Amino acid sequence: MAHISVTVDGTVYDDDVEPRLLLVHYLRDRLGLTGTPIGCDTGNCGACTVDLDGESVKSCSVLAVQADGCAVTTVQGLTGDGEWHPLQKAFHEQHALQCGYCTPGMIMAARDLLRENPDPTPEEVRHALEGNLCRCTGYQNIVRAVLAAAAEMRRRTIHEPGAVRQPAGAAGTAAGTAGGRGPRR
Amino acid sequence: MIPAAFDYARPTTVDEAVRALAEGGEEAKVLAGGQSLLPMLKLRLAFPELLVDVGRVPELRVIREDGEMLAIGAMVSHHDVIHDPLIRRHAGLLSAATATVADPAVRHRGTIGGSLSHGDPAGDLPSVILALDAELVARGPQGRRTIAARDFFVDYLQTALRPDELLVEVRVPKMADWGFRYEKFNRVAQAWAVVGVAAAVRRDDGHIAEARIGLTNMGTTPLRASACEAALAGADASTEAVAQAADSAAESTRPASDLSASSEYREHLARVLTRRAVLAATDLDVR
Repeated sequence: MAHISVTVDGTVYDDDVEPRLLLVHYLRDRLGLTGTPIGCDTGNCGACTVDLDGESVKSCSVLAVQADGCAVTTVQGLTGDGEWHPLQKAFHEQHALQCGYCTPGMIMAARDLLRENPDPTPEEVRHALEGNLCRCTGYQNIVRAVLAAAAEMRRRTIHEPGAVRQPAGAAGTAAGTAGGRGPRR
Repeated sequence: MIPAAFDYARPTTVDEAVRALAEGGEEAKVLAGGQSLLPMLKLRLAFPELLVDVGRVPELRVIREDGEMLAIGAMVSHHDVIHDPLIRRHAGLLSAATATVADPAVRHRGTIGGSLSHGDPAGDLPSVILALDAELVARGPQGRRTIAARDFFVDYLQTALRPDELLVEVRVPKMADWGFRYEKFNRVAQAWAVVGVAAAVRRDDGHIAEARIGLTNMGTTPLRASACEAALAGADASTEAVAQAADSAAESTRPASDLSASSEYREHLARVLTRRAVLAATDLDVR
């Protein structure tokens, strides 16, 4: 057994785990956070996508011991003060889910995109979601939802008290030309 | 799917990692980003008794200039290879090819060293490293040794690394003044290449001074299109000359037939993709 300490959706957990325990099994079976589903279990479908220290990962292809000392955010950690995250709201309003199985992963992957590129084109959204499969094939509305959420998040950034006022789209351009995030850790 | 049980070590220095590997012997395996190894463990295609996780070894994440070479730590992630300004400037082919690997979540975890050590001829990076004439630096109990890319890939999923050796660094020559292109043919986004072609071209006014071409998934190891390279050396920088040279791109290859493609179709793809990649790398219109 290995001892791990992981922050999941803001709560610190200390646990002894087998080294072979996958992060997705730890989240679902040990912590009861079943908002993160297991889809293909082979690293292809992206249903199990979560945020690990600020980057999207497929939690079926990460060991729980590899998350030791890290912060994990699942789709269940996006809701602050009982209010849905703009992505959750947009997926609801744009009817971006049919069976809903891929939705948590789609939202976590889209969140990762919007951090790097707050004003993506439809083409960029499609590329960013290339690792997430929707077997209902509801991609059109998923792309619409991500674009709607992006617009809402830019609006909030501009209108937040204390936020620096800038023309719409400027943030996206800056992130695009900077070539994304630099090396971390 | 759940992997078979294994012991787990998480060293924080290369020295510790090499010691852990030596103690584990033949039954130890290095865990880098885990994007190939963990699926293999889950499918029970591999049964290591010890995983040595090198994910917390800071010295393996360094990217630095070293004279005429760029030294890239083995644990630099695909994401960082795509975005790092030094790599983009001096090894643009590597950044461009890495951007076609899998998908963003996999590229956050997957690493250059892990991908090369896995030695999959269908992987995008082995053929690029081969085309760049890169060097791979390994550390083992006997110390450090440098392996040329052409000697590194031995057979399907087999490299020149010994069980007690750790790949620590990938050294690529600076090629800022070369043109480049990675052409990848796959059926769906995030899929492996049916065939891929990595081309780097150095132009000398109206001529091609030198071309280096790596082939993905055209045999049990990544390959160089040597006959095509020879035909391009000194050739006119024209679409006709490039098309003629590209006809020899599949010479001396032995591609597999599988569900994605027959070997004959792979040979066809190698010729077509080589033409496109060399034209783009030579800054000519791709027709």
